[in-house]
Amino acid sequence: MSVWKHHGKLERHSLLLIIGIVLVVSVGGLVEIAPLFWLQSTVEKVEGVRPYTPLELAGRDIYIREGCYTCHSQMVRPLRDEVERYGHYSLAAESMYDHPFQWGSKRTGPDLARVGGKYSDAWHRDHLVDPRSVVPESVMPPYAFLANKELSVRDIREKMQAMTALGVPYTQAALDNAVTDLEAQADPFSTDAVALRKRYGAKVVNRDFDGDPDRITEMDALIAYLQMLGTLVDFRTYEAAAPANQR
Amino acid sequence: MSEHQRETDAVSGVETTGHEWDGIRELDNPLPRWWLWVFWACVLFSIGYWVAMPAWPGISGYTQGLLGKSDRQEVAQALADLKTQRGINGAKLRDATLQQIESDPALQAYALSVGQSAFGDNCATCHGPGGAGAKGYPNLRDDVWLWGGNLEDIATTLRHGIRSGDPAARVSQMPAFGRDGMLDARQVSDVTEYVVALSGRPADRAAVGRATQLYADQCSSCHGPAGKGDQAVGAPDLTDAEWLYGSDRAAISGQIHNGRGGVMPAWGQRFDPETIKAIAVYIHANSGQ
Repeated sequence: MSVWKHHGKLERHSLLLIIGIVLVVSVGGLVEIAPLFWLQSTVEKVEGVRPYTPLELAGRDIYIREGCYTCHSQMVRPLRDEVERYGHYSLAAESMYDHPFQWGSKRTGPDLARVGGKYSDAWHRDHLVDPRSVVPESVMPPYAFLANKELSVRDIREKMQAMTALGVPYTQAALDNAVTDLEAQADPFSTDAVALRKRYGAKVVNRDFDGDPDRITEMDALIAYLQMLGTLVDFRTYEAAAPANQR
Repeated sequence: MSEHQRETDAVSGVETTGHEWDGIRELDNPLPRWWLWVFWACVLFSIGYWVAMPAWPGISGYTQGLLGKSDRQEVAQALADLKTQRGINGAKLRDATLQQIESDPALQAYALSVGQSAFGDNCATCHGPGGAGAKGYPNLRDDVWLWGGNLEDIATTLRHGIRSGDPAARVSQMPAFGRDGMLDARQVSDVTEYVVALSGRPADRAAVGRATQLYADQCSSCHGPAGKGDQAVGAPDLTDAEWLYGSDRAAISGQIHNGRGGVMPAWGQRFDPETIKAIAVYIHANSGQ
């Protein structure tokens, strides 16, 4: 019973006990969490994934502010019925620039991981203003006020800087042009959209998301964010069957 | 602990641990046997699980497990099985033309059931559960079509969408006559009367007279001289009773002022070709065509 004798020392010495507790508890983190930062399958890079544009980032913040994640998940699981309904299962890389990620585990409404491009901007507008006008059985609350609330762009650069601190690779040019890029994406006739696409990829579309050409509202930002969800990876070229992508 | 005296408690007859706090001593009852068995069984199971299933992380990967479990392989297999389950009808749907599907009653019935479920999950969100439409979302159950209502037209619209950004999308743009200053407020109101008259309703004759030349200059190239519309450019027939954005004067003048055009997403990337065909057949069968 000599081991137990030593254990008695631990029990009588508070500092030793704290060190012992920290060592034991950290085993869980070291085994379950730490490897996620280096295993190839969890830090994979996939063609097409890019950081959010300033307008999308602002929309994402509204998505989080309004608690959309409490009813909508953003992860298509690799299960037959989910793939049949929502499209290709989600990849880890698709949320690599999400801080925090929006996977969720609660679906009162449908999963939104692939909602981008599924409906028109006008539908999103109608639906956010009055969900039951287009989906009679919906239990979603209305978010009509978003269309009347001008988007605050004052701190968009700081938001992007915060993301940079978390590892999102915004370039200096992207930070410097945050407001210009944001305004360019909400304006279908913007001449700055060329630079926006140069920074964020050819697929970025500049248009008037909320149907109100006179100002940039929170509705613009939220719809811009919703319309890009799940559209970054081209699954015609993603090799799902490749051994490296099997897990 | 061994320095403490282990003694037997007089009341319960159980040995104590020898710990004592302010005169209170602790019985040293053994763990229940069933609990111990479950505990050791769990330990054994977890060892087996580590060997059989993906478990331990390493430097460059993780232990794969002897069973070769892979969620992604499983879902690929499940989808392949689904294809097999759909069997001969699924293959026929893939190979047959739209007309062939419609003329083969068994295949049509199959296409209708596939189409109905895909429609309910994807199209009904805008066009309504039965396809009856709503303001801004066309009714698919009548025989009025903006971009054509035969099977091929419907399938093309499904594949590429309308003003969707798809390179082959159906695109047209009604000018915002009022907003962009092409017509002044008076002229917009006159043309509104003209459009009301076109649909066979009573209208202000003087205004209609003033708008005749305006209509011929500005509207007839798309909507036709008689207002019958043109499906090649998605210009609606102005003489019927179907109005996408409303039939009253306010709605009509609003449309002349703002020139809205709806957007339908392209579904060619989202669905496989069989599903597109099935939805086209479903919509066609339920329409008034």
